[in-house]
Amino acid sequence: MPELFHRKLERTAIGLVLAIIAAASVGGIVEIAPLFTIHQTVEDAPDMRVYTPLELAGRNIYEREGCYACHSQMIRTLRDDVERYGPYSLAVESKYDHPMLWGSKRTGPDLARVGGKYSDFWQVAHLTNPRSVVPESNMPAYAFLERTPLEMDDLGQHLAVLRELGVPYTDDMIANAARDAYGQATPDSDFATGVVKRYGEATDVSAFDGVTTEVTEMDALVAYLQVLGRLTDAASREQAAGAPQVGGNGG
Amino acid sequence: MVAQLTSSERQYCAVILILMVIVGVAMAALGKSDPLGVHGVIVIVYSGVLLYLVLSAFYGPEPQEDRQASYYDDPIKVGIALSMAWAVFGMFMGVWVASQLAWPNLAFDAAWSTFGRLRPTHTTGVIFGFGGNALIATSFHVVQRTSRARLAGQISPWFVLFGFNLFCLLAVSGYLIGVTQSKEYAEAEWYADLWLVIVWVVYFILYIRTLARRKEPHIYVANWYYLAFILVVAILHIVNNLAIPVSWGHAKSYTIWAGVQDAMVQWWYGHNAVAFFLTSGFLGMLYYYLPVRAGRPIFSYRLSILSFWGITFFYIWVGSHHLHYTALPHWVQNLGMTFSVMLLVPSWASAGNALLTLNGAWHKVRDDATLRFMFVAAVFYGLATFEGSFLAIRPVNSLSHYTDWTIGHVHAGALGWVALITFGSLYTLVPALWKRPAMYSATLVEVHFWLALAGTLIYVFAMWNSGIIQGLMWRTYTEDGTLTYSFVDTLVAMYPYYIARAFGGLLFLLGAIVACYNIWMTARGAPAAAVVGDGPAQSGVAPAPAE
Repeated sequence: MPELFHRKLERTAIGLVLAIIAAASVGGIVEIAPLFTIHQTVEDAPDMRVYTPLELAGRNIYEREGCYACHSQMIRTLRDDVERYGPYSLAVESKYDHPMLWGSKRTGPDLARVGGKYSDFWQVAHLTNPRSVVPESNMPAYAFLERTPLEMDDLGQHLAVLRELGVPYTDDMIANAARDAYGQATPDSDFATGVVKRYGEATDVSAFDGVTTEVTEMDALVAYLQVLGRLTDAASREQAAGAPQVGGNGG
Repeated sequence: MVAQLTSSERQYCAVILILMVIVGVAMAALGKSDPLGVHGVIVIVYSGVLLYLVLSAFYGPEPQEDRQASYYDDPIKVGIALSMAWAVFGMFMGVWVASQLAWPNLAFDAAWSTFGRLRPTHTTGVIFGFGGNALIATSFHVVQRTSRARLAGQISPWFVLFGFNLFCLLAVSGYLIGVTQSKEYAEAEWYADLWLVIVWVVYFILYIRTLARRKEPHIYVANWYYLAFILVVAILHIVNNLAIPVSWGHAKSYTIWAGVQDAMVQWWYGHNAVAFFLTSGFLGMLYYYLPVRAGRPIFSYRLSILSFWGITFFYIWVGSHHLHYTALPHWVQNLGMTFSVMLLVPSWASAGNALLTLNGAWHKVRDDATLRFMFVAAVFYGLATFEGSFLAIRPVNSLSHYTDWTIGHVHAGALGWVALITFGSLYTLVPALWKRPAMYSATLVEVHFWLALAGTLIYVFAMWNSGIIQGLMWRTYTEDGTLTYSFVDTLVAMYPYYIARAFGGLLFLLGAIVACYNIWMTARGAPAAAVVGDGPAQSGVAPAPAE
């Protein structure tokens, strides 16, 4: 009689507590622990670069403003997802993302590969007043980003914490974080060359918001949007080689 | 409040609050112009106001009541008031953000009022503010009545209640000034998370010590659910929120989890917040207040065992159904889908058990809006859990995911199940607690019921329509094999439904305001002449489960 056993269990609070913890632990352990040990979970991408300090600052603004509530950054292995947004997302592409911003709702379109799709000018106009370029849009206006100077002094601390968590920032990158943030948004300055030296030739050095006298939050956010999907080309390489078949509708 | 504490207990309260003020000062000093500094000031003001309340009654007369012969109900009363205040706040924010989707200029070109910052004030406000306070208040009530024992502490219930509300306040105010971890339903930053751990440990100790005092040999079913709620939420909260702050002076932190592992941890947390916060705890309410109100024992003891352990074991596996077709490995997606479908068995066992309990009391369901709240809640629980299992099936999910269908599903659960069972429970609890014969106005309960039901149905139908339409439009192809609709085309099709949804939410909010008024007037009304049999010495207050 199972009731007999349960009748006993119900008489001891500690017994119930232990049984609840045991029952509720199994699923999480079985599903989460192997993700750290099975090597195939995250693909290899030796060419992948890290976010520059300016892009990281932009990413933090993206989080602060809750952009993930309406925009996903995860292209699924579905035909219409791939045709609308580009090659489906690989795990490796977000391996430096603390936290990931895969999202859960598309009130607006997916942004996983929005980098390079529009000009800086378009991005700034759109963020300042979305309805000036997309009349039907229901996105909030973020004009205040242009008015807000970017806090750059502590970016080295941000990079240092991320290095503790496994993101391969070098001492050089950490020491020059604030200078690199300034340089990436100020192409004519002496600091611009340092960014390219540390983060690679492909790094986008630009007066993102069109103004070089001051680095604003608009610069940072646009720099981040422009790098989305461009830290590595592992996805397009893998899928051009005809690797896993893309599922059809509902497949 | 303070009058019920002895002078030494008042001293302890003062010491705790002074320590909290010191912590606030430290946060303000370390944070300076960082948002952490703003939160330091909030902690100072919050603790300072409570300290003032304690000190102003510090030398009042000692309490006279016999503590062994009475239940400790003051924290419950305050918990109900806080719960209703958060309900109005959270639902108002919900109506506002819903309206912004239809009329985006309602953000008024400010930073704090944009959709992305307001949306978590809605979710935190209703889930943690409204739901959490209701859970704490009812758990204090249920554990005392079903154990026939007074709460095992004079100060700790207040600590749990006010500590939890400080967490909610830090979370919600933080979003407005740009403090967020951007983890859905766990947006609060590291210091608020640490504080919640302390509060939660005290809550657990209080609960388990009260159970240890019980005069009934068996622990009643409702308490199993409240225990599962307290324990598993603690595990989820700690693991998902592991993070390193940028410095002691920064509100900003970086989670230790990254990429695909972070996604799995996040939805393991996210879906089990649904399971153990929004289901387990509220099933605890259902298992006590529904049989009490119906005047009938729970239909089946065996079914309650089956559903309790089924829910506790199966739910933990299902979070990965939020990540179908993503970069999460397929084997995890498949496990999540499989367990989601199996979860229907214990879920319907609970819903069926609740509905069958009403057999023999259907005339009461017809006449008593309070019981009808609980009946409809059980029906919505059954519907929402069926829908959840259905949406977790991969091909179905390929259509529904990222669309409003998910939002509709969540609100079928949150409005139809969680909020309705809470209102039904509060309408049962409030007259008993304030020792009144009944609620101030039965008509207003009836009005609230129809507002809530109409609001829920309008909301859910609007979101079903918009979600399915948008999902289908995204995957519609022309004869040439190209996508028919641009993304903006599919957004334009959503506007009528966004307006309908905001209207449904508004009706629900109006119902909650009616409830506030009714509860307030009940508490102010004249006490009943004598309420018999409500003390630890009396037996038979717990609804005995049938075999």
